[in-house]
Amino acid sequence: MAMDDDNIFKALADPTRRSLLDQLFQRDGQTLKELMTGVAMTRFGVMKHLKVLEDADLVVTRRSGREKLHFLNAVPIRMIHDRWIDKYRERELSALLGLKAKLEKKD
Amino acid sequence: MTDNSATTQVYRIVIKASAQAIWDAITKPEWTERYGYGGRVGYELKVDGQFSHKASAEMKSFGLPDEIINGKVIESDPPRKLVQTWHPLFDAATTAEPHTRLTYEIKENSGGVCTLTITHDVTGAPRVASMVPGGGDPAQGGGGWPWILSDLKSLLETGKRMSA
Repeated sequence: MAMDDDNIFKALADPTRRSLLDQLFQRDGQTLKELMTGVAMTRFGVMKHLKVLEDADLVVTRRSGREKLHFLNAVPIRMIHDRWIDKYRERELSALLGLKAKLEKKD
Repeated sequence: MTDNSATTQVYRIVIKASAQAIWDAITKPEWTERYGYGGRVGYELKVDGQFSHKASAEMKSFGLPDEIINGKVIESDPPRKLVQTWHPLFDAATTAEPHTRLTYEIKENSGGVCTLTITHDVTGAPRVASMVPGGGDPAQGGGGWPWILSDLKSLLETGKRMSA
């Protein structure tokens, strides 16, 4: 499948890329130049990181006149949350509910 | 930075379905009532055509009005591109805000996979801008576009909703 978890986790595994996502979360729709001010790295380095984020669909670019703007796409993160985090939280919750039932039965 | 960028939000998802299937899921009431927050849409798919999204019974039980979103079609190019205004009537605050502009783009890739991109221009509508990214509990209405799109993907790919 095109949007695969490996790409997303790989993209999120790097601190510079997470910081780029944080920058876009603070203010969406930034140019490469604007994004470069937030990280200590060469233009080429930032471009490479943005490419990894784009390949994972975490960043989507749009042209606005002569500028290329970068937007945070929160959908893959939502999907990881639903698929990986909610699932385990549910188990924790049901374990707690089980414990509650057990303890209450004893009374 | 231009003002335009600060008030535009972009959401993208890849779905293993035909462009026509995705188009239908967005524009036909028998589909819209099956994912996201449900409710039936009415689209006049032509320039200046009316758009209306009616509340489901569940939404009405939460006190939402009969019509929850209205708007107008700006461009309809099935099954590739739909541009419309989008004016949620969830509460007094969103109703008071100006119409936002919503663009759906469906691009077919190889292997029967499509990319669906939503570009939401929320200029002048801070209340809507803070609601549509989600981040809240989906069950409480806080899922926003990311949750709605994830659910749409599940429905089209598996025939079942995420939570089903």
